[in-house]
Amino acid sequence: MKKRSIVPYGPQHPVLPEPVHLDLVIEDEKIIEAVPSIGFVHRGLESLTAKRDFNQMVYVTERVCGICSFGHGFGYCEAVEDIMDIEVPERAKYLRTIWFELSRMHSHFLWLGLLADGFGFENLFYQCWRIREKILDVLSLTTGGRVIFSVNKIGGVMRDITPEMAVAISEMLTSVRKELKDIVPIFMEDASVKRRLVGVGVLSKEQAHELGCAGPFARASGIEIDMRKLGYAAYKDLDFDIITSNTGDSYGRCYVRINEIFQSIDIIRQALGKLPDTELAAVVKGNPKGESFIRIEQPRGEAIYYVRANGSPHLDRMRVRTPTFANLAGLCETLKGADYADVGLLILTIDPCISCTER
Amino acid sequence: MYNIKRSPWVLHYDGSSCNGCDIEVLACLTPVYDAERFGIVNTGDPMQADILLITGGINSQNAAVVKQLYEQMPRPKVVAAIGVCACTGGVFKDCYNILGGVDKVIPVDVYVPGCAARPQAIIDGIVKACDIFQQRLAEHEQMIKKNKTAKEG
Repeated sequence: MKKRSIVPYGPQHPVLPEPVHLDLVIEDEKIIEAVPSIGFVHRGLESLTAKRDFNQMVYVTERVCGICSFGHGFGYCEAVEDIMDIEVPERAKYLRTIWFELSRMHSHFLWLGLLADGFGFENLFYQCWRIREKILDVLSLTTGGRVIFSVNKIGGVMRDITPEMAVAISEMLTSVRKELKDIVPIFMEDASVKRRLVGVGVLSKEQAHELGCAGPFARASGIEIDMRKLGYAAYKDLDFDIITSNTGDSYGRCYVRINEIFQSIDIIRQALGKLPDTELAAVVKGNPKGESFIRIEQPRGEAIYYVRANGSPHLDRMRVRTPTFANLAGLCETLKGADYADVGLLILTIDPCISCTER
Repeated sequence: MYNIKRSPWVLHYDGSSCNGCDIEVLACLTPVYDAERFGIVNTGDPMQADILLITGGINSQNAAVVKQLYEQMPRPKVVAAIGVCACTGGVFKDCYNILGGVDKVIPVDVYVPGCAARPQAIIDGIVKACDIFQQRLAEHEQMIKKNKTAKEG
């Protein structure tokens, strides 16, 4: 019998931007099993509903995660607006869509950079992060913040995108599109990059479905699932297709995310062209009473927000289920049989967001 | 800042932050902000690190990890707390699982507030940490010299 050993991986590790701990059971260089243990980032922020009122909770939910911060604030606002039957003005819906897609773009660029760093291509990592800064510049121009924007409020948004800002956004989109086109061949065609990605960590469509994977991770395995098609915010008026790949490996995940950046550029262009001229926020009166359940598409996949309110300013319960939690099961499946050297890369391919998962 | 003798190596650890400060710390090391021009290098190994950049507050599970990382770093060492959560606990101060800022478990030399801390502020914090590191390095070398002469004499 071959010798088995257990290697602890994390919580502090060079390729991991965030703390997650895995116990890897290995036989020679092959992984037999991976046992995740999480909880290093658990803060317990859902319990803050007892101490903060429902308006203040917008700021708390935005800090569930710094990368998908806008989406969390948005999902929570949608849930409370649903309970209170608030009709959000059309312009606010469009502005939310634009900011959401901008944050999806910066999140995907961040992931591409970390992936490049994961397979040891430092130059590419720097290129991706250099392009990402252009998106952050536009975000700080329009919202005032680089990673946490705080532009959402119950009933609408707090800031407007002026025509000058719209011009700046559209100029940024043109230059980002051009620069992304320059680096796409490196990710998709370079021989050494392909050797690290093609056929690594394959997850079949059936497996992905059974394990309940979400987002680009599931779409790379050929599952057509995208919550934006539910038509929340302005997505019902915008034209886009679900991007999938049938390979189910790391290469497919990279392909899906790169094309989603192009798709986001297209969606923002459409939204800027149709921007309606209405007010920014509806008037909110009273306290919420009832419960609501909202599904939205975060950069990492489907996120669910559940809010139950009892008519007082303090909510009964606020609950978030995040995409990384759904994808952890899929990650442990792809790790089985993988080489030890690929572990860091495979963890990165699900685009883990541990602080979302543990809250 | 003018008398840097050695290049301090930086170790980054995410305490229980929301990622906001983490990606800003990483953004500092990439071309646009380029903190590496001060001679610092990002490392993943605590045993080679001189400056610990830590984001996020301390919770009951990561307190031991942070302590261990600090103890594994060779002397002299400097700790910089990045973001308001690392300084005091920030927006999560009232959460049941947050014990408080990083200074609850290890001594902190530089506090960089902000939610999320801006790259400019982080770079300023790193430069201050470099200064403190130089000072400690000089003291450390003097102490070694003293011990040596005491032994010989």
